[in-house]
Amino acid sequence: MFLTEYFRTVYKGVRSLLIGMKTTGYYFTHARKEIKTEEYPDNRATLTMFDRFKGEVTMPHDDNNEHRCTGCQACEIACPNGTIKIITKQELQPDGKKKKAIDTFVYHLELCTLCNMCVTACPSDAIKMGQSFEHSVYDKKQLKKVLNKPGSKIMEGVE
Amino acid sequence: MNLLLMVSFSSIAGGIHHWLVSNIASELLAKVIEMVIAGVALLLFLVPLCFVLGYMERKVAGFMQMRYGPNRVGPYGSLQIVADTVKLLMKEGLTPTGSDKFLFNLAPVIVVVTCMLVIAPIAFAKDFQLWDINIGVLYVSAISSLAVIGILMAGWSSYNKYSLLGAMRSGAQIVSYELSVGLSLISIVILTGSLKMSDIVMSQETGWWIFRGHLPVLISFVIFVIASTAEINRAPFDLAEAEQELTAGFHTEYAGMKFAMFLLAEYINLFVVSAIAATLFLGGWMPFHIGHWEAFNHIMDYVPSSLWFLSKTFFVIFIIMQFRWTFPRLRVDQLLTLEWKYLLPISMVNTILVTVMAIMGWHF
Repeated sequence: MFLTEYFRTVYKGVRSLLIGMKTTGYYFTHARKEIKTEEYPDNRATLTMFDRFKGEVTMPHDDNNEHRCTGCQACEIACPNGTIKIITKQELQPDGKKKKAIDTFVYHLELCTLCNMCVTACPSDAIKMGQSFEHSVYDKKQLKKVLNKPGSKIMEGVE
Repeated sequence: MNLLLMVSFSSIAGGIHHWLVSNIASELLAKVIEMVIAGVALLLFLVPLCFVLGYMERKVAGFMQMRYGPNRVGPYGSLQIVADTVKLLMKEGLTPTGSDKFLFNLAPVIVVVTCMLVIAPIAFAKDFQLWDINIGVLYVSAISSLAVIGILMAGWSSYNKYSLLGAMRSGAQIVSYELSVGLSLISIVILTGSLKMSDIVMSQETGWWIFRGHLPVLISFVIFVIASTAEINRAPFDLAEAEQELTAGFHTEYAGMKFAMFLLAEYINLFVVSAIAATLFLGGWMPFHIGHWEAFNHIMDYVPSSLWFLSKTFFVIFIIMQFRWTFPRLRVDQLLTLEWKYLLPISMVNTILVTVMAIMGWHF
């Protein structure tokens, strides 16, 4: 009884070690196919990031220079470290009513931890996480960004 | 072509010997000069070998972990090790205050010297051997256990708890794994009936022991490779070094060239252990022969014996490197369990099997 248990342990051990060696042997012999290294500065032209990669907060604009931000400030409230500052203005509608709209959407990249809470908080899908990650600059002030493009206005139908 | 085949390492060595004997009157002086030449040749072989092994290890590690390994300095990163060596040469050889300065500086020398001593009886090619003593295998197993003294010395004199812990572990490890190494060496000695390295190689003329000796010799080969991996303190048995727990174990306090000597010793040890495995189990410089296939055997004889030896050695080195990058590390208690509960009883029973096989003449 003891001996069968003993030899079973030896057999299981040797077998699992051989499986491990087979795996690494496969990686070694198929190195050309299996290597996952991105040679980053060299492959900058062909580099594609993953869909879920979070590089920075961006505000997509369409061809007519229109964005979807209503200026509700939900992102500003959701942000845990005060990265987003929204300055709103009252815009006069054609029917004479006044409506809240954004003047400047200030985004402080230097404070942002890319936690994605602003994107999930946004009720109108106005902001998204971008793919760019080469953010290093010599002056901190360059990291303060205005996300809405000059002269842009809110898209029709977004409330 | 014919001339090229005539030139062999043994003929070069013989030529130098005859020239020295005939041109230098004093016999002692000739002997001393011969020894110096042998020592320098050994160093000229070993230091580039360590460069090759360092590069090979990093490439093997890279490929097995799905990355490139060094590929920036020189073509395919081949000059990376040279760059690292230059860096180590530039560094300050620091001796910490509070350490035992004499022992601290002596330890790396002892480690390198012991592992170079083991090279003496290894046959590199046909009739090309530094010292063909009649107790070759005994000498190898005796000297290789000396290496632990250097490690203990390094750990003890460093005045550092991590170094001391690493050194103590190394002691426990070598004391236990020495037994399995010895027993697996003995199984070949039983079959050959000689401790002399050249006799062991010659006995494998008709076939290497690993093929001729059936399962028992295969088992003792596996045990030898495992136990000697432990004896040279390589991962997965790197408890003396233990980067994960003890920063760098016994060589935590070493820097610069003294550290480089430990690294050199590690790679020479790796080579020595693989060379012994190749000599005892894989036929040393003996070409690969199959029974009565005369033509095939004749073609195999044309491959130089040194090439056979080196390719077998590098095969074993590759296996030991693959161990390092495949297997998880062992804890101290697991290490001792593996030796005392598994390797030692198995190799004891295996020795009996080999003895019975040798007496009955069951091997080929």
